[in-house]
Amino acid sequence: MSLSFLLLAVAALCALSFYFGRQRAVALSGGRHSNLHSLPVHYGAYTAAWCGLPALALLLIWYMFQGSVIEALIISDLPQEIVGDSGRLSLALNSISQIAAGGGEHLTVSPEIVDAGRRLANLQTIANAALVVVMLSVALAGLVLSYRRIEADMRARNNVERISRAIMIVCSAIAILSTVGIVFSLMFETLHFFSKINPLDFLFGLEWSPQTAIRADQVASEGAFGMIPLFVGTLLITLIAMCVAVPVGLFSAIYMGEYAAPKFRAVAKPALEILAGVPTVVYGFFAALTVAPFLRDNGAILGLDVSSESALAAGLVMGIMIIPFVSSLSDDVMSQVPKSLRDGSYALGATKSETIRQVIFPAALPGIVGAVLLAVSRAIGETMIVVMAAGLAANMTVNPLQAVTTVTVQIVTLLVGDQEFDSAKTLSAFALGLVLFLVTLGLNVFALKVVQKYREKYD
Amino acid sequence: MTDMASLMEDRAAAKVISDNLRKPVDWDSPKIARNIKKRYAAERRFKSYGLVAIGLALLALCTLALSIGSKGYSAFYQTYVQLEVTFDPAVIDPEGTGDPDVIGRANFDGLIKQALRDRFPDVTSRSDRRNLYGIVSGGASYDLRERVLENPNLIGQTRTIWLISGDDFDMLNKGYIDPTVDEGDRRLNDKEITWYNDLVAAGAVEKQFHTRFFTSGDSREPELAGIWGAAVGSFYTLIVTLALSFPIGVLAAIYLEEFAPKNRFTQIVEVNINNLAAVPSIVFGLLGLEVYLNVMHLPRSAPVVGGLTLALMTLPTIIIASRAAIKAVPPSIRQAALGLGASPVQTVTHHVLPLAMPGILTGTIIGMAQALGETAPLLMIGMVAFIVDIPGGALDPATVLPVQIYLWADSPERAFVEKTSAAIMVLLAFLVLMNGLAVYLRKKFERKW
Repeated sequence: MSLSFLLLAVAALCALSFYFGRQRAVALSGGRHSNLHSLPVHYGAYTAAWCGLPALALLLIWYMFQGSVIEALIISDLPQEIVGDSGRLSLALNSISQIAAGGGEHLTVSPEIVDAGRRLANLQTIANAALVVVMLSVALAGLVLSYRRIEADMRARNNVERISRAIMIVCSAIAILSTVGIVFSLMFETLHFFSKINPLDFLFGLEWSPQTAIRADQVASEGAFGMIPLFVGTLLITLIAMCVAVPVGLFSAIYMGEYAAPKFRAVAKPALEILAGVPTVVYGFFAALTVAPFLRDNGAILGLDVSSESALAAGLVMGIMIIPFVSSLSDDVMSQVPKSLRDGSYALGATKSETIRQVIFPAALPGIVGAVLLAVSRAIGETMIVVMAAGLAANMTVNPLQAVTTVTVQIVTLLVGDQEFDSAKTLSAFALGLVLFLVTLGLNVFALKVVQKYREKYD
Repeated sequence: MTDMASLMEDRAAAKVISDNLRKPVDWDSPKIARNIKKRYAAERRFKSYGLVAIGLALLALCTLALSIGSKGYSAFYQTYVQLEVTFDPAVIDPEGTGDPDVIGRANFDGLIKQALRDRFPDVTSRSDRRNLYGIVSGGASYDLRERVLENPNLIGQTRTIWLISGDDFDMLNKGYIDPTVDEGDRRLNDKEITWYNDLVAAGAVEKQFHTRFFTSGDSREPELAGIWGAAVGSFYTLIVTLALSFPIGVLAAIYLEEFAPKNRFTQIVEVNINNLAAVPSIVFGLLGLEVYLNVMHLPRSAPVVGGLTLALMTLPTIIIASRAAIKAVPPSIRQAALGLGASPVQTVTHHVLPLAMPGILTGTIIGMAQALGETAPLLMIGMVAFIVDIPGGALDPATVLPVQIYLWADSPERAFVEKTSAAIMVLLAFLVLMNGLAVYLRKKFERKW
């Protein structure tokens, strides 16, 4: 309740300060608005902004640091032998937070941990109370100070507009911030990972088995972190998907754009768009429970040994998902080919299909290549279909009937469930994420460049 | 010399051309007719490829819809078994206190087992009895308790009551378990099927509308599992997403479209927005895990974190759609406002924004629909936990509809297949609704300037 209550309280204070600011401006004007520099509303907005914004900024900063500060305080009080061992430490912190949340009666832990749990609960209460007090006083201070600054000739409108422009700039900067956030958070954990595993082994290793052994004497206790098999699997599934999506998407775009009667188009186009709106988890379910058994059973009839988690099933369904993507992008590109090229071709007596194949398609080719690259990048980053329909074992194979695994599948399996941020197993997911991010980013930048260049050519 | 030679060559070529020109093409010759026929055949073939492609895509869509519909429709009905239950006072309230606490703690499960034993008195062996108890779901005792708490007069009476059946019998009743296959290959043995047939013959088996599916949270028992918990989780997550991405997205779009000077900063922002739109969703999950959970220590599995993550993901969609909508407002409107003395900010807030709002809202709804269907990033931040309780706020552990679908799809019980499909139908219904609303808004407020 505390957070929503706090936000409501600040909102109420803002409304109040808006009212006060406006009232004061009206009072100062002596009944004539022309005595004021700005409209009364602007004075209200001025006080409201000074009341609400500092308080909200404070809240944000507070939440960024509260967790880590409290944790540091708790850790500093724990005995040295727990703090030294990262495995025990994370276990202890877990029990402490359980005790603090009021549970954990079933835990058998040392009294220090129980004490720490109580302390944590205490600290959290204090922190929350302090936040309420500090935030409300900041809001009130903002109210009072800005209220007292209001005068008839104060440039309230200019002030408010400057503030609102600053807010807009901050909002636009969030796009940069999130990119920076992605890069840094992935980088940080990846560097951590590379301190345990040689980067060359990771980038060029041919074996992937992240299951590190529990006992040191077990086989493969090191685990193997070579990402090549994952990329082979990813590319195999992507290739299958493209074999479905590119011809079907391209031909449906051609038919929609060149041949279809308006009535047919009005029905078929939205129907195709539906395919793009279906959540990927639904495709995953479809792939795993309908397509994969279908392929396996029919493969058995033909005497083929199709794995029930075959790359083919995942790839086919992913291809279906990408059809509307390819078709709408290539429709876009082909409709931009100038009419003069088309008319010239018709004037020479070419049929429609000859025009499309020999004039429009070559002219639109760069754009279509860009569209296909965008589709490839989407297929590489697709997660749910492969998580549900592709396998877990990292087989180095290009046989579409066998099970392969992909980068995204491994990220999910490594991070769902228990996470230990000091084991190479968990950290490797971030390294995979970074590679995935860089690959898709590269593909996108390149594809957008190609498309843009093509657009400029005909603009 | 060479000039001379090339000139001669050109002359020769020109002569060939002029000879050809002088000879008119015979359009009626069989060769030309064959050629034209061939070209028209190619034309028809090409056209049919297009039709086949669209046909394939639509076929895939229909197969998807049919396979989910046919698997899932039965989940909206649940098998109930009619039993004569004796509300034994010795079990429910031995001292006759009438205290709800005492009644609440009573062994209603025992009553149901007793009723089953009474119904099939010749079942005596231990393992058979255990199988027998499987006819009725473990959740039926809660229903019984509710019933008694509501109406304490029941104590001491014997009533015929419809009780929710166990998942295997539900599957049998819905025809998913084939009683004719070999006994070892099915979940129910011959005796259990005999009991079932006996109950059917007595008219004591019935399918009823399964309201519990819409009102309860997750459960390990398929017949007790429902989507309400996930739906509420989705609701809180989307609220957080909307509350963050809508204002930020619209403000960023206004800035970029109306105020931003053409400088380095603006350029970087634009490149970033385009790239963010294409970053795989799972990478946003990694970001959320690292920043919100590891650095900021926000609660795991909470809709707040899910919403924060999805907000970053939908931001590009909203910004791009809003920019398009703002750009579509004709400059004459701005000039008129500025000419009448409005400040740039006033021009935007009083004139441009209201006119662009329908387009912005359409883009926002589409972005929200995407967020509603998103699964992968939420797996990263721990929204895959098994959560029975209905979340009471954005800080409680929760799951969302697509993740619930993923969890159920992973469950081995046959009965979860139909639950999964039914949950997919509910999710798709929401998506159709949202997209329909977006289309309606666009149609209704679309303006040609």
